[in-house]
Amino acid sequence: MRVESGLLYTQNHEWLKVEGDKAYIGITDYAQEHLGDIVFVELPEVDAEFDAEDSIAVVESVKAVSSVYTPVGCTIVEVNEELESSPELLNEDCYTNWIAVVEITDKSGLDELMNAEEYEAFCAEQE
Amino acid sequence: MRYTPNPPAVAEEMLKSIGLNSFEDLFADIPQEVRLNRELDLPEGLSEIEVKRHLLEKARRNITVDEYPCFLGAGAYDHFVPAAVDQILLRSEFYTAYTPYQPEISQGILQSIFEYQTMICKLTGLDVSNASMYDGGTALAEACQVAVSSKAKKIIVPDNIHPENLRILKTYALSGRFAIEVIPGKDGIIDIEAMKKAIGKGTAAVVIQQPNFYGIIEQGIEELAEAVHQNKGLLIMSVDPISLAILKSPAEYGADIAVGDGQVLGNNLSFGGPYLGFFAASEKLLRKIPGRIVGQSVDSEGKKAFVLTLQAREQHIRREKASSNICSNQALCALAAAIYLSLIGPEGLRQIALRSHQMAVYAKNELEKKGLTLKYKQPFFREFAVKMDNPSTMNKKLLENGIIGGFELDDAMMLAFTEKRTRAEIDKLVNVLGGEK
Amino acid sequence: MSKLIFEKHVPFSNSFSLPPCEVPEVVEIPEALQRKEKLSLPEVSEVETIRHFTELSRKAYGVDSGFYPLGSCTMKYNPKIDEWAARLPGFANIHPYQPEETVQGALELMYEMEKMCCEIAGMDRFTLQPAAGAHGEMTGVMIIKAYHKKRGDEKRTKILVPDSAHGTNPATANVVGYDVVEVKSNDRGLVDIEDLKAKMSDEVAGLMLTNPNTLGLFEEEIVKIASIVHEGGGLLYYDGANLNAIMGVCRPGDMGFDIVHLNLHKTFGTPHGGGGPGSGPVGVKAFLAEFLPVPVVEKKGDKYVLDYDRPESIGKVKNFYGNFGVVVKAYTYIKSLGRDGLKDVAYNAVLNANYLRHHLSQYYNVPYNRLCKHEFIANSKFQHDKNGITTMDIAKRLLDYGYHPPTVYFPLIVHEAIMIEPTETETKERLDDFIKAMADIAREAEEEPEKVKNAPHTTVVKRIDEVGAARNPIVKWEEE
Repeated sequence: MRVESGLLYTQNHEWLKVEGDKAYIGITDYAQEHLGDIVFVELPEVDAEFDAEDSIAVVESVKAVSSVYTPVGCTIVEVNEELESSPELLNEDCYTNWIAVVEITDKSGLDELMNAEEYEAFCAEQE
Repeated sequence: MRYTPNPPAVAEEMLKSIGLNSFEDLFADIPQEVRLNRELDLPEGLSEIEVKRHLLEKARRNITVDEYPCFLGAGAYDHFVPAAVDQILLRSEFYTAYTPYQPEISQGILQSIFEYQTMICKLTGLDVSNASMYDGGTALAEACQVAVSSKAKKIIVPDNIHPENLRILKTYALSGRFAIEVIPGKDGIIDIEAMKKAIGKGTAAVVIQQPNFYGIIEQGIEELAEAVHQNKGLLIMSVDPISLAILKSPAEYGADIAVGDGQVLGNNLSFGGPYLGFFAASEKLLRKIPGRIVGQSVDSEGKKAFVLTLQAREQHIRREKASSNICSNQALCALAAAIYLSLIGPEGLRQIALRSHQMAVYAKNELEKKGLTLKYKQPFFREFAVKMDNPSTMNKKLLENGIIGGFELDDAMMLAFTEKRTRAEIDKLVNVLGGEK
Repeated sequence: MSKLIFEKHVPFSNSFSLPPCEVPEVVEIPEALQRKEKLSLPEVSEVETIRHFTELSRKAYGVDSGFYPLGSCTMKYNPKIDEWAARLPGFANIHPYQPEETVQGALELMYEMEKMCCEIAGMDRFTLQPAAGAHGEMTGVMIIKAYHKKRGDEKRTKILVPDSAHGTNPATANVVGYDVVEVKSNDRGLVDIEDLKAKMSDEVAGLMLTNPNTLGLFEEEIVKIASIVHEGGGLLYYDGANLNAIMGVCRPGDMGFDIVHLNLHKTFGTPHGGGGPGSGPVGVKAFLAEFLPVPVVEKKGDKYVLDYDRPESIGKVKNFYGNFGVVVKAYTYIKSLGRDGLKDVAYNAVLNANYLRHHLSQYYNVPYNRLCKHEFIANSKFQHDKNGITTMDIAKRLLDYGYHPPTVYFPLIVHEAIMIEPTETETKERLDDFIKAMADIAREAEEEPEKVKNAPHTTVVKRIDEVGAARNPIVKWEEE
């Protein structure tokens, strides 16, 4: 399992790359491996507003389905439309292929996120 | 009659082989306090000879549409079913099979559903279809559930859809997941201006039944399609599949979802069920539509093959996040529809639709000659409402004359016509109805 | 793959015809409302249509084809007399809106069916309207909602569901507008009473439960479970998927359940039809009867009538009165078996399951290897630990042996589950053959694992690319 340093992680296996008021959100290697071959990604609409803990996207494999939750209040700035036609990109490289870029409207959720080392330990516990 | 094939001696041997002495031992885990401890209060089982006698006696106390010509419609129609349909339905590889979750040994069932889905797409003009649902009414309710989102929960429905369908929508809406706003019609048709006024930002969908409950062909649906699409809502049409042979298709109106009852496609009236609900939608809704869907794929050797697909939408995977709880489809009824359409062919379906319409037009003209008038002066397909003071008395009179009359409204009777009716039957109907005046 | 019916299209080959037209051939439909788009359905002759669907039927597998130990689905033999009964013109060719006096036989059958369901399940009233088990669940949970609403108790927003439950239970609760709270199973595979107590509150509308549960185990503490839920002000819903195991032995009504659905297509022998139609009647205790869908059949004097005048009813869940044709088959089944026959069903269903469990546990891991009811769970642990054989591999290898595989990967709480339900209609010889096939596969898994991993070898198609099907869906035929 791959964990990339410099990212923030949630207990629900999303990663965040924060750049000022913006953040990239994606799913982790642990998540994609457990889902198996991803067949579809349901993306949010640009400008949609979400509270922390809201589901912003849905990732489907043949036998499973999983919501992608935002740990922060946010507005969607951009979505990765490539995933609509090539959902397998999440299996191939889940850290390059982000799901959405958001503008953070409520930062309070950031404090509870894990760094790469903490997340690695968290995953080890889950197994 | 029993279907437990092991004789007592064999059962005993089986019990012994697993270390038990009696059948009772098999239920040792059931606490005494919940045991029945008596026999069920039901009669003794019957031999097949007795069962046959018993069922025949019950069946004989019903008057069938083959004994008395039937002018009832209102959602279920006495169309012709070719003999060949039931012969195929009796192939027990079809009817005793489970859902085709093991595609390697279910290619026949999967292919028949794939063909059914294609036929429904052809009829409605829409891009995708599921493998069928319980019936037309529940398919409509499911369509509404597809349309709703957290921001748009209002479903706008005219008051002239089938009253049972409306009642189903209201029952499903008890969930609080969507709200129904009923817009009264005018002269038996929808009030387009009132419906347009009701459409707004929170509108999830507009529902139209075509032909509507009174048998009338609605006009101006395109306008509603535009209005609801401007507000990011969907147009849901509930349609009669036979009518689609000659009437404009849901796709031609700009509908996003088309549903309806497929009973008329080769399924017996059967006192209201089992029928099938069909459900077709535009491509963009494919991953949101409820129920089973068969897709085409390839096997490990590259051979074309069919498989149930997009299952992540369904309850067994999505569980508490599923927006529909449906598991089954009406596979055998959908198979009947596919066989029916293959036997009848496109020209046959057109002829059936036209003949039904022509029989209705003839009846209308004959009724008018007797001084009766239609409740609504609008174009109709194969059903219309004729005004009368006491439809229930008239229905009794018809019955005395060996005719199953129509559906009773307060001040009118709805009469439906199919290709099975004859001129003589209609003349008799007209005579009885006309005699009252 | 067989050619599609669309690929057998030959213009003008279809000779279907109507009688000569006796009325004027006019069309009084405005041009603008007529179809412009061509209706491209296939044109095929009757003989070729029949051959086409006969060929398709030969690529299907039914209970009549062979053993079908599909757990939780109760794939028992479907008696032929039931098919005959439903096709009687007096049942098949009557319109749902016919005057009541012309359908007294049909209404009487429905009335008697309701009474028999009440007696079998220990309930007071039934509706025959729901079209399937899931539909029955929805009807039942709506009744739960209506009950609390009428009492003004609207803070109850949650439904409890065991973690071993079928997906429909949580899906149903969600569709009816409830939040789902899972109750854990204990290490014996039964509802964890402490967890249930912790989760029961005045926000809980009810608990949905199957008993025997999806592991095939009887919830021995059902009385305690019922009293915890009832004392907390909730209602108890019985998912009738597994009633086959206990008919005539005990009844959900006596266990404390307030609402029940039955699956006529499981318990009462009506065929599954390749996916439907089924029928899912819902029964309630007397205090909930007012909420049942309309109409219900009543007897007035010696006449049967449809009663729509029920102001507290939840309304309608389906057009007309339900899947009447399926009800006729189940009615015929119950009449044939009678009280002793039904009990005999439960006895033999449980015997056959325990017989298989006992003998298969020599070759396969059985996580809860004790007295089961109509079904039990094995898994592929032994084979997986040794040679990486999965449950899917075993299921696919069974196809080569001519069997329909058991239910796999359910319930979710058992890793790589193989759920086996033989039903009561199988002979010892069939069961022994199946045990032998399973033993052979276990041996193959050790000695020739690739043979199992690459199964099936003998079917018309091999394993199908499900990922490709879902990524690029093709759901209809298109002209090339």
